[in-house]
Amino acid sequence: MNLTCKTCPKIALNQNFNIKLEDDNELVIALAGNPNVGKSTVFNALTGLNQHTGNWPGKTVSNARGNYNYKDKKFILVDLPGTYSLLANSVEEQVARDFICFGKPDTTIVVTDATCLERNLNIVLQIMELTDKIVLCVNLMDEAKRKGILVDIKKLEEELGIPVVATIARKGKGLNELMNKTYNIAIGIETTSPKQIEYPKIIEDKIDKISEKLQGISKNRLNTRWVALRLLEGDATMLESINKFALDREDAYNEGGTCIYGY
Amino acid sequence: MNKNHLPLFEVNVGSEAKVSELLSMGLSRRRMLDLGLIPGTIINVIRKSPLGDPVAYNIRGALIALRKEEAKQILVSKIN
Repeated sequence: MNLTCKTCPKIALNQNFNIKLEDDNELVIALAGNPNVGKSTVFNALTGLNQHTGNWPGKTVSNARGNYNYKDKKFILVDLPGTYSLLANSVEEQVARDFICFGKPDTTIVVTDATCLERNLNIVLQIMELTDKIVLCVNLMDEAKRKGILVDIKKLEEELGIPVVATIARKGKGLNELMNKTYNIAIGIETTSPKQIEYPKIIEDKIDKISEKLQGISKNRLNTRWVALRLLEGDATMLESINKFALDREDAYNEGGTCIYGY
Repeated sequence: MNKNHLPLFEVNVGSEAKVSELLSMGLSRRRMLDLGLIPGTIINVIRKSPLGDPVAYNIRGALIALRKEEAKQILVSKIN
């Protein structure tokens, strides 16, 4: 299978994740975050009745997809399962991870709960390591205010290096700004510089070695640093996913077939 | 093993403890870490269910229920 043409990431989206795009004017946005943060509220507010639910291909995890128009573009919003982390402890986490890592949405919106930001930031930081096309949505601002919690949005933006939008999704507040930031990141008129986590030298060295091998067989289809980290952690499901979504079959065999497994 | 450290499961309701070490490995360990259970985290033991298992703990502002098997794998030092 020749995977070098421009539209091929879109073909991958179709085959692997069941997302059919009609033309290049459509942008795919992933909606991620912990359970119970108002992800569905954001999803419903943005897509209205233009949505349908089903399952992720081959899994029993439900999947909601909808669309909305903003400025000159049509957006397909994909509601990922609510997860505390992307580290593949469960099918939900694997589905969310595979979509962001291999489905490569044009932007990922991470919805968080302003009343317990610390716990929510776990997945935000993980997604920041995976992609720089990310917008942080701090939701439930009314609940936070009620509990006497003030969130310094500007400071969060500075510290994280990504756009942060405060919302009260159930009242529709902040959603315009959310769509605006998402639009800017998705089409590339605004870029982010997510704060990178640096690991101890011994780990960084291994990351470099593994990344090099990955680069060789995946031809830029992978965030090799992130994948290297997952492999170092011993995440076996990662190998399956790479095999399924990112390897160019011909190259894998030319490199001796066992290169990634034999490291 | 330091004598001041005990499994979280043995800490009484109403007490406070500080995480010193996680004994679990693999996926369980990962789940504990995701919940915010890292060395130094303060845990409050809130209440036990009628049969004694699971037990509700306040971990970094969230009320989390942990089963006996899980709480046995978390080593803590008592605070009060």
